[in-house]
Amino acid sequence: MHDIVSQASNFITLDAAHIIYLFFVGFVGGLVSGFIGSGGAFVLTPAMMSMGVPGLVAVASNMCHKFPKALVGSIKRAKYGQVDVKIGIVLGISAEAGVLYGAHIQEGIKKAFGDAGSNLYVSAAFVVILAVVGGFVLRDAWKTHKSVNSHEEEKLTKIARWVQSVHIPGTMVYFKCLNARISVLFTIPLGFATGMLAATIAVGGFIGVPAMIYVLGAPSLMASASELVIAFVMGLGGSFKYAMHGLVDIRLALIILAGSLFGIQLGAMGTTYVKPFMIKMVMGVIMVIVLFSRGLMVPVYMAQLGIIGAMSESTVKILKNTSFAIMAFALLSGAFIILSAMFKGRRAERQAAQEVLEHGKI
Amino acid sequence: MGTGSAKKKPIGKMLLAGTISTGLYIVLLTNQDAVNTLSGRGGLYAILPIATALFFSFIHGSFTGNFWTVMGIEASKKRKEVK
Repeated sequence: MHDIVSQASNFITLDAAHIIYLFFVGFVGGLVSGFIGSGGAFVLTPAMMSMGVPGLVAVASNMCHKFPKALVGSIKRAKYGQVDVKIGIVLGISAEAGVLYGAHIQEGIKKAFGDAGSNLYVSAAFVVILAVVGGFVLRDAWKTHKSVNSHEEEKLTKIARWVQSVHIPGTMVYFKCLNARISVLFTIPLGFATGMLAATIAVGGFIGVPAMIYVLGAPSLMASASELVIAFVMGLGGSFKYAMHGLVDIRLALIILAGSLFGIQLGAMGTTYVKPFMIKMVMGVIMVIVLFSRGLMVPVYMAQLGIIGAMSESTVKILKNTSFAIMAFALLSGAFIILSAMFKGRRAERQAAQEVLEHGKI
Repeated sequence: MGTGSAKKKPIGKMLLAGTISTGLYIVLLTNQDAVNTLSGRGGLYAILPIATALFFSFIHGSFTGNFWTVMGIEASKKRKEVK
């Protein structure tokens, strides 16, 4: 704990360039979060660390901007009828347990294998989970995109049909987003995994959202909106824990928040213009690109642990910079898809309104 | 955004929230030492950064929401209600 507390005095001096940089990254991260329910956070932690912020302070400050942002985003999306508060809170509670357990595992790995071991664990988790879940989500989105009618209602997966058919007395709860009663027991492992991922790679939604869609049977729009409630519950608890250790640099959190609240409103509005599969598309694209970013770092950490031969300083630097650039590219790609889809949707709506007006005149 | 939208734009609300928000950020950035000391104190003082973040998000969130409305960017009018 003494080590941790001593880091708190390590709050950096902020200059104008830092402020503008954080504001911009916050904006893009907020845009993506407003649309897919999470994301963006994975770029913010390394972005802060590149400014000289100690790792734990970066994680803590990131989390402290996340929960108020998620609150604003979920209120906005609730206005569009997309939020199921109940499922968000239920999953959020087990996610909180997952966060604590995930942080505990991290500490254990760090103690046993040092920083490189912990980094290797995080990167390996990124690669495996993003490859499996991201690949699946992207494939599904692509199939819908290519199908004749991409407007059609999302179909329940086999597993979701099974989950909705199981009746365990005393545990059945009705969830609006599923329009069905399911056993709350099914939500526990899903929430727990979401929290563990959040503690490991800072984006729990990469499990939470696909789990709600494919395992429980929620529509994409409601899953991504309800993820914001999970993020709020998880983020509030996590931020409080970090703040009790004096690790939150509130200046960083608030500057990121300044940008991300612009972004999250825009991202939330974007969901009303697109077909539901676009949520999966953006999420899948980001996940798969980020996977390559972290994959590049795996050999670096393996070399540090002596599992493979040592690497030269310059090679490590190149890999690190490329990895960060790919991560930023992932986020920007997501933002680009969202903005262009929104732009197209707005244009189509304006054209339709124009046509109605012209027909009206005749 | 909408053609013929007769709705009044919330310019007054935006300006009010924007002014308060800017003021809050000026106070934050001109008092960094005091902010750092309080934020890094730990223990039950944890409530301070949490409450600050919520307060800023309330004011600034209201500003950003109204900002996009004033800029003419709003949710789709024919959005489908998801059930």
